[in-house]
Amino acid sequence: MSVDEKTVRRIAHLARIAVAEDEVAPLQGELNAILAFVEQLGAVDVTGVEAMTSVTPMAMKKRKDVVTDGGRAVDVVANAPETEDHYFLVPKVVE
Amino acid sequence: MTDLNELSLAEARDGLKAKTFSAREIAQAHIAALEKARVLNAYLLETPDRALTMADASDAKIAKGDAGPLEGLPLGIKDLFCTEGVVTTAGSRILETFEPHYESAVSANLWRDGAVMLGKLNLDEFAMGSSNETSAYGDVISPWRRQENGVLSDAKIVPGGSSGGSAAAVAAHLCLGATATDTGGSIRQPAAFTGTVGIKPTYGRVSRWGTVAFASSLDQAGPIARTVRDCAILLGSMAGPDARDTTCVDLPVPDFEDAVSRGVKGLTIGIPKEYRVEGMPAEIQKLWDDGAAWLKDAGATIREISLPHTKLALPAYYIVAPAEASSNLARYDGVRYGLRVPGKDIAAMYENTRAAGFGREVKRRIMIGTYVLSAGYYDAYYVRAQKIRTLIKRDFEEAYAAGVDAILTPATPSAAFGIGEKASADPVEMYLNDVFTVTVNMAGLPGIAVPAGLDGQGLPLGLQLIGRPFDEETLFATAEVIERAAGRTVLPKAWW
Repeated sequence: MSVDEKTVRRIAHLARIAVAEDEVAPLQGELNAILAFVEQLGAVDVTGVEAMTSVTPMAMKKRKDVVTDGGRAVDVVANAPETEDHYFLVPKVVE
Repeated sequence: MTDLNELSLAEARDGLKAKTFSAREIAQAHIAALEKARVLNAYLLETPDRALTMADASDAKIAKGDAGPLEGLPLGIKDLFCTEGVVTTAGSRILETFEPHYESAVSANLWRDGAVMLGKLNLDEFAMGSSNETSAYGDVISPWRRQENGVLSDAKIVPGGSSGGSAAAVAAHLCLGATATDTGGSIRQPAAFTGTVGIKPTYGRVSRWGTVAFASSLDQAGPIARTVRDCAILLGSMAGPDARDTTCVDLPVPDFEDAVSRGVKGLTIGIPKEYRVEGMPAEIQKLWDDGAAWLKDAGATIREISLPHTKLALPAYYIVAPAEASSNLARYDGVRYGLRVPGKDIAAMYENTRAAGFGREVKRRIMIGTYVLSAGYYDAYYVRAQKIRTLIKRDFEEAYAAGVDAILTPATPSAAFGIGEKASADPVEMYLNDVFTVTVNMAGLPGIAVPAGLDGQGLPLGLQLIGRPFDEETLFATAEVIERAAGRTVLPKAWW
């Protein structure tokens, strides 16, 4: 399978990465090189093989459903580019 | 007397214990060495004040007889581990100003045991790369240089990646050991390229908490150091249960250092025929044969084995790893941390921020990951790759069930290459560096790279040993036999 320029633009938008016009063709070439490389997987018979979900056989750790952390609003927002009163600020979303 | 920064970590530990020198003295020796080595670009950030403060605290503890297992030992930290109050960039512009308000589990364990932080080490951006050429903060230069007709060439050599800063710093004596991470070979390949030792432990042995995520089902932290023993000492401190990482196992940490001198008598070492790839340089084949002969001489049984799905590991990795990366890196959106580039609306702000903040390789992988997870392609790519991962793991399980204790392979298909030499338009050429290491991540197994010789141009070559799950001890024992037989690598004299 390979991607065309339109698909490159669509993937870039899905990935939320702005792509300039002159970047589309090189990206298309690079993505197609990777897709050509992984193409060989299509020839493998995977009938009856389970997809791996956990590389180490283990039971998911569980703990009591209680609050173990919190009250650290200052720390949480400390690295945000724009904040106000412990809130993250973003451009207006709803008109 | 040997300069203090040229001691092995074990020698430095013993010297500190015997009060032959102080923690402040060994910290100062390192601080002076890294000031002179800035041309290598191994450190993104030097933290000399913190190092001296920590060293003084160590000296006080040593005086009181209260020293931890790593008391006073200066280490470098890959800039993928969050360090409280110290900028952590992951090698990316998008985190240029990110100052964590917490400490990663791995680094916290090292400080608990008395280690001293020298600074943060360069890496490929978000650990995506095999040459340390994707860092937003410049290439790392290997301390190694090629020899041409007996003369050292000026051509700059890559240290490998993604833990290129860690490997270069260890090889250039800019720390006694370093933390590193390995998603497809990022500890073992740079270790092999720089004549150092690096171990990727079993998935789950080390907590991933506070380490910047690349591909969560593959990422695992481990040490790079100058000897097998030094790696065993460091892993003993880095590893251990952590309730904050649900994939970190609740197993006690064995005494890894104790395993180092165990020997290989009675062990069965597998030689997988599928690793004998087409076009393998004769010197790599010879190195591999030498390794098998050394282990046989030391009492191991050598057995040819088959891991039939080996060649599928790299293509399957280039579906699984980008898919997980695209999901993990979705968090860099200009809202909670780091860079923000404005746009006409919130979507444009996200897109502009990520376009400016991520480098080319990272964008490429996010886009491949987005594609293989997108509607209509998920089953054909992602689910199929996860099934192939099951097959790869099964190959190893069958070999171990048939009595193999560890598997010997080359660590890399070639010695280190020059900076810019693999900058072709086809990213796959670079990816092929990880062909021998990536299987191990796909199967969640432990793997160690140990130096075993030099190529015709005087550059180091390494062998890899792959172990059973949670049996790093056998890897340390086996790697030590190779280290001893090959002779300690003579690291480059400072030309910088």
